[in-house]
Amino acid sequence: MFVTVELTNDVLKDMHRCMVQIRRFEETAGKLMEDGKIPGALHLYVGEEAIASGVMAHLSKEDQITSTHRGHGHLIAKGGEFDRMFAELFGKATGYCKGKGGSMHISNMDLGMLGANGIVGGGPPIATGAAFSNKFRKTDNVACCFFGDGASNEGSLHEAANMAALFKLPVVFVCENNGFGEYTSQANHQAIVDVADRAQGYGMPGVIVDGMDAVAVFEGAREAIARARAGDGPTLLECKTYRFYDHVGVRGMGLSYRSDEEVEFWKKRDPIDQFEAKLREQNIMAEAEIQAVYEQVAAEIEAAVQFAEESPMPDPSTITEDVYA
Amino acid sequence: MTETLYIQAINQALHEEMERDAEVIVIGLDVARQGGLFGATRKLYDRFGADRVIDTPISEAGFTGAAIGMAMEGMRPVVEIQFADFVTVAFDQLSTVAAKMHFMTRGATHVPLVVRMPYGVNVSGEGYMTGAGPHHSQSPENWFCHVAGLKVVMPSSPADALGLLKSAIRDENPVMFFEQKGLYYTSRAEIPDGEHLVPLGRAQVKRTGSDVTVIATGAMVMQAIAVAEKLDADGISLEIVDPRTLVPLDRETILTSVAKTGRAVITHEAPATAGFGAEISAVIAEHGFADLKAPIRRVCALDMPVPPGSMVRATMPTQGRIEAAVRELL
Repeated sequence: MFVTVELTNDVLKDMHRCMVQIRRFEETAGKLMEDGKIPGALHLYVGEEAIASGVMAHLSKEDQITSTHRGHGHLIAKGGEFDRMFAELFGKATGYCKGKGGSMHISNMDLGMLGANGIVGGGPPIATGAAFSNKFRKTDNVACCFFGDGASNEGSLHEAANMAALFKLPVVFVCENNGFGEYTSQANHQAIVDVADRAQGYGMPGVIVDGMDAVAVFEGAREAIARARAGDGPTLLECKTYRFYDHVGVRGMGLSYRSDEEVEFWKKRDPIDQFEAKLREQNIMAEAEIQAVYEQVAAEIEAAVQFAEESPMPDPSTITEDVYA
Repeated sequence: MTETLYIQAINQALHEEMERDAEVIVIGLDVARQGGLFGATRKLYDRFGADRVIDTPISEAGFTGAAIGMAMEGMRPVVEIQFADFVTVAFDQLSTVAAKMHFMTRGATHVPLVVRMPYGVNVSGEGYMTGAGPHHSQSPENWFCHVAGLKVVMPSSPADALGLLKSAIRDENPVMFFEQKGLYYTSRAEIPDGEHLVPLGRAQVKRTGSDVTVIATGAMVMQAIAVAEKLDADGISLEIVDPRTLVPLDRETILTSVAKTGRAVITHEAPATAGFGAEISAVIAEHGFADLKAPIRRVCALDMPVPPGSMVRATMPTQGRIEAAVRELL
C-alpha cells in the first residue's frame, strides 16, 4: 500500500526551496539567453512555480512526468541538478542529454522525467503510455502529464485522456492554465473558462485549484495522485496560473498582447511572495531562514553556471551518433 | 517447409515473438477480440490475454503515442494502424518523439516499437477492401523514409513477412512495417521450418538475370517476376531485386546487380514524384553511373490520389508498363 505525503513543515520548506530554485534558475537562464550565452529559445516558468513544486512533492523518481516546452521547472522539481541543466542549455557535453537535447527537449530517465517537448500536446500520449507500463508491471507508480491551456485544444490530449479514463490508467493530467496559448489569450482560443470542464466528457474528475498557491496545488495533487495510485484512474487537475515573462525569453518579441495592468495584477499574487508570507505568519520559517535559502540557491546557481561555461562542447565527430539505437 | 499465406506469416511472427518475450504486446483498433480487421492478430487475445493484446478506441495519435511511452519504459509494443492511410493522425508522435528520442537523450532511452501498416491497393479482388479508394489504399512508405531515426520495412512474401517482422520486433528502433494488404490472402508460399529471421537492411535478389535489373518493392515484386517469366520466351533476362528494407537500404545488392546488367527499372506502388524510386535512382546515378548502358526508368503509380473501384487499375504500375519500360532500355 502506498503512502500519501502529508503537509508537514518539512514538506512546506521543501516546496519553498523548490520554488526559489526554479525562480532563480529561470531568472538566470533568461539573462544568459538575452546575453547571447545560451543558444535557441527558452520558455521560462517564472510565475508558475507553485504547480511544479506542489505536484512533485508527491512524486518519487519512479513516478514519471511528461513536460512541455516550458519544462525547466518540472525537471528541477523532479530532482534535476542545476549544473547538468545549465550545461544542457549551453549545449555542453556534460548536460543531461550531453548537449543533444537543449531546453525544449531536456529529459532525464533516471529521474522519471520523460522529456520536455517542442510540440504542444506532444506529451499526453507518452504519459498515457508510461501509465500503461505502470499498470502492466503492477507497480503503484503514477505518470503526471503537464500541459497548458493551449495544448488543451490539441487532439492528442483528447485521445490520451479518453484512453486513460477508459482503461483507468494511473495518470494525472495537470493543466497549467496560464491564460495564453503562445500569444493568443484563452478567451480567443476556447469558448470555455475552465479546462477542467472537459474532464466530465472524458469520464474523469476535473478539479480546479489556485495555481499561484502551492498548498492548494499540493492538496489537489494529493487527491489526484492517490486516486491514480489506488487504481481508480486519471484526474484532470487544472491549476490557474500566469506566466510573468513573455512566451519566450524574458521580454520576448515585444508583442502587445496583454496589458501592463494584467501583468501587475498577477504579480501581486506571486506564488513565492504569498507562500513566504504564510510561512512567516505561521512561524514555519523566520525571515533569516528564508534569506538563507536564497543565499544557498544563489551559490548553487553560480557554481552551476560556472560548471556549464567551463564544460567542453560535444566532440563534433560524435554529432551523427545515436540517430539509431 | 510449410506453405503459408502472407497474413498467416504475420500472425505467426506475432505469436512466436509474444511467446518468446513477455514484454511484447499488441495494441490497436479491434486487434484483440476481433483478431484485427484483416485477421493478422487472430488468436493472440485468447493466448496472451487482455494485458498484452489491447483493443483501443479509434485514436491513432493516442495509442501510437502511448506505445512510444511504453517502449520508453522497456516494453516492446507492436501497434496496428488499421490502414496505413490513418497513420497521418499519429505522424507527429512518430516523427517528433519516436524518431528522435534516442538521439535527443544521447541513448538514455530508446523506442523499440513496431508500427504495422497494411498499405496499398488490393487489385487482386481477394480478401477485404478491393478498390477502397483514396483514404484506404495509399502507399505512404516514403513519408517515413525521410525521417531519420525510423526504419522502414516492406516484405513482399510470406517468408519475408515472417522473418522481417520478427527482426523488427527485436530491433531497438522504431520500425515502420508496411504490409501489402493485397498480398494478405493471395501470396501463398513456403516458409522455412524453425526459427526464421530476416535481418533488416538486407536486400534479396528474388530472381537472377543478365539484361535488366528490376528493383521492386511489396506487391510489385510478384508483378516483376511475372514479367520476367513472360520475357524469358523472348530471350530477355530480368534480375529482380527486392530491397525488403528501405531504411536502412542495402545499396550494395542494388549496385552489384546494376553493375552486372547495366540497366535499371524501378517499380513501386506509390506515386513516382519523390517516391522511394527517386532515392534508388539517385543511389544508382551517384554510385553506379559508369555501369549504366541506358537511362534509369521508374514505373510507379500516377501522381494522383488513388481512385476507387476498378478505375485504380489505370493508375497503377502494371505488368504491361514494366514490360514496356524494360523493352525501351534494350
